[in-house]
Amino acid sequence: MNSLQTAPATRLSQLNPGQEATISAIHAGSEVGLRLAALGFRIGKRLRVMRRGFLSGPLHIRLGTTDVIIRRQDALQIHVAV
Amino acid sequence: MKRVALLGMPNTGKSTFFNRLTGASARVGNWPGVTVDLLAAPILLGGHMVELVDLPGLYDLHGFSDDEKVVRHFLENNAVDLAVILVNAVQVERQLSLALQVRQLGLPCVLLLNMADEARQYGIRINVQEMAAQLGIPVVLFSAKYGDQQGEVQRTLAKTLDTARPVQLETVRRSLESDDAIEQTMGRIMEAAVEVPPRLSDNLTDQLDRLVLHPWLGLPLFFFAMFLLFQAVFWLGAPLQDGMEWLFDTLRTNALDPALAGAPEMLRGFLLDGIYSGIATVAAFVPIIVLFFLFMAVVEDTGYLSRAAYLTDALMARLGLDGRSFVMLLMGFGCNVPAVMGTRVMRSRPLRLLSMLIIPLSLCSARMQVFLFIISAVFPASQAGLALFSLYLFSFATAIVTALLFRKHFRSNEPFILELPPYRLPTLRQVLVRGWLEVRHFLTRATKIIIAGVVLVWVLTHFPMGVEEAGPESYAGIIGHWMEPLLSPLGISDQLAVALIFGFVAKEVVVGSLAVIYSLQGDALTQHLALQMDWVQAYSFMLFTLIYTPCLSTIATLKAESRSNGFALFAVVWPLALAWGVSFAFYQGARALGF
Repeated sequence: MNSLQTAPATRLSQLNPGQEATISAIHAGSEVGLRLAALGFRIGKRLRVMRRGFLSGPLHIRLGTTDVIIRRQDALQIHVAV
Repeated sequence: MKRVALLGMPNTGKSTFFNRLTGASARVGNWPGVTVDLLAAPILLGGHMVELVDLPGLYDLHGFSDDEKVVRHFLENNAVDLAVILVNAVQVERQLSLALQVRQLGLPCVLLLNMADEARQYGIRINVQEMAAQLGIPVVLFSAKYGDQQGEVQRTLAKTLDTARPVQLETVRRSLESDDAIEQTMGRIMEAAVEVPPRLSDNLTDQLDRLVLHPWLGLPLFFFAMFLLFQAVFWLGAPLQDGMEWLFDTLRTNALDPALAGAPEMLRGFLLDGIYSGIATVAAFVPIIVLFFLFMAVVEDTGYLSRAAYLTDALMARLGLDGRSFVMLLMGFGCNVPAVMGTRVMRSRPLRLLSMLIIPLSLCSARMQVFLFIISAVFPASQAGLALFSLYLFSFATAIVTALLFRKHFRSNEPFILELPPYRLPTLRQVLVRGWLEVRHFLTRATKIIIAGVVLVWVLTHFPMGVEEAGPESYAGIIGHWMEPLLSPLGISDQLAVALIFGFVAKEVVVGSLAVIYSLQGDALTQHLALQMDWVQAYSFMLFTLIYTPCLSTIATLKAESRSNGFALFAVVWPLALAWGVSFAFYQGARALGF
């Protein structure tokens, strides 16, 4: 996204169904960030992509005991380490 | 009376718990500092008569969503003697943050871990004593749905109230401004008191999701489910509505007509054609609303509504809406009133308002009756189906155009990140209580406006004194005449303009009013209409009827749900302007092409 990043980080939106990853960074504004935190998106947390929506629809993510759906553009803000 | 506030994240079974504690005695009320209605009910807890207030579901006390602001403003402006924090025991690992935030306020509080049954199924073990010790507040693990440990819950609440000392509002305000290391505290408590299996077993929800959210089968299944729901509501609803109508007619012919036979004609007209028909109009909606919400409660409580949002989001996001708006828009094709009420599942106000703006453009069953009548009068049988179908297309198109035009003004600032709850079966009690609460809400909110509107139309068509009903000398006729320069470019005559004034009360009244206006019934009316207008005029009139304004009951509901006169006015004026534009373009276009 900008030139300061050396190695492009993997975004949550790039993961395939069934793939697991650990959250490494959340680049969301305070509004989205708070909501993400309340739903369990925290750095270091393990997550799993259950499925990707038809026609660029939202992603279905499982974090611990919570399942959430998140639009791809919001998932772009979340960096993960596979 | 002491005040107990109920707090919790969405999908924690908060309303189930509230309904279980209060029965159906809850009333909506206004509170200082808060612009939305909150449910509250007086209940007996131990020796205390307390007022239990159900606060909107929230993720974070410091959040930015409308609901989160409501909760914050409520706590800043209303003294609370006890805060009850409801947490889903399955998701305690993240929901605990809310409990810590509330505790931080210094309010006396109790933590209730709901859905003990589900936590057990997932293999989650919670050491309640340890958690209570760590938190320093009482903790109870229970199930609101099945009533397990309900006695323990009530005893704990009563005991905590006994010793609770009131907290100054100023203290609460100050604590709301500060926040501290909630994360660390949370981690410590989780470590000490909760055991979650590392990987959840593949359960029924996963298996169902594989089918319901299937890339190819998901959408067809969704439309099939919506079709069944729709058919069920209106197949069951139509006979009930007829029954309600029969009841009111019978009461009128057998009791009210004879009783008022001696009264002056004007008084009799005012009471029967004004007030009584107004009440009958309201009553006709009751069966549909009950049925709609019985089924919606099932769709929502099973967790399917969030799945529908997932399936349709790709399309709806482009319109500035989300999948839940789509469900309500579809429901609007049955009746706009419950569909508008149903938008309450959307918690973001701009999103809700935009949905409420497009729902009245759905071709509801009342409008369909009018169209069937006019189409059968004017169109040959071979083209009738096509004519009706094209009106449905217009209905969708106007909704889409409206959403595209106004999505910028109703931009939702809430991220689209929705929880997908596991599938659950609602209990019969949950479903019935919901249906009853919704009907009561409709009756208290909409009755006055609807009756006033029906009386107004009665006055317009019966005054000045002594004129022929809805004739050219009545106020309605005069207004119809005034409108002539506006409506004649659409091919709509004075007399049809009067029918549109009637249609404002309820769209199905248009046909009946044509009978009054032309003083003709049945086949004679059909033949007369066919002589009066050609197909271009008829289609233009139907387009106008489809779009022009929501019916009175929908307007009353829009006003009640949006709590804004400005929005209700806009929701009337915009479709009027759109109707005029569409009919004008159609009529002038068709004439220009030589039809």
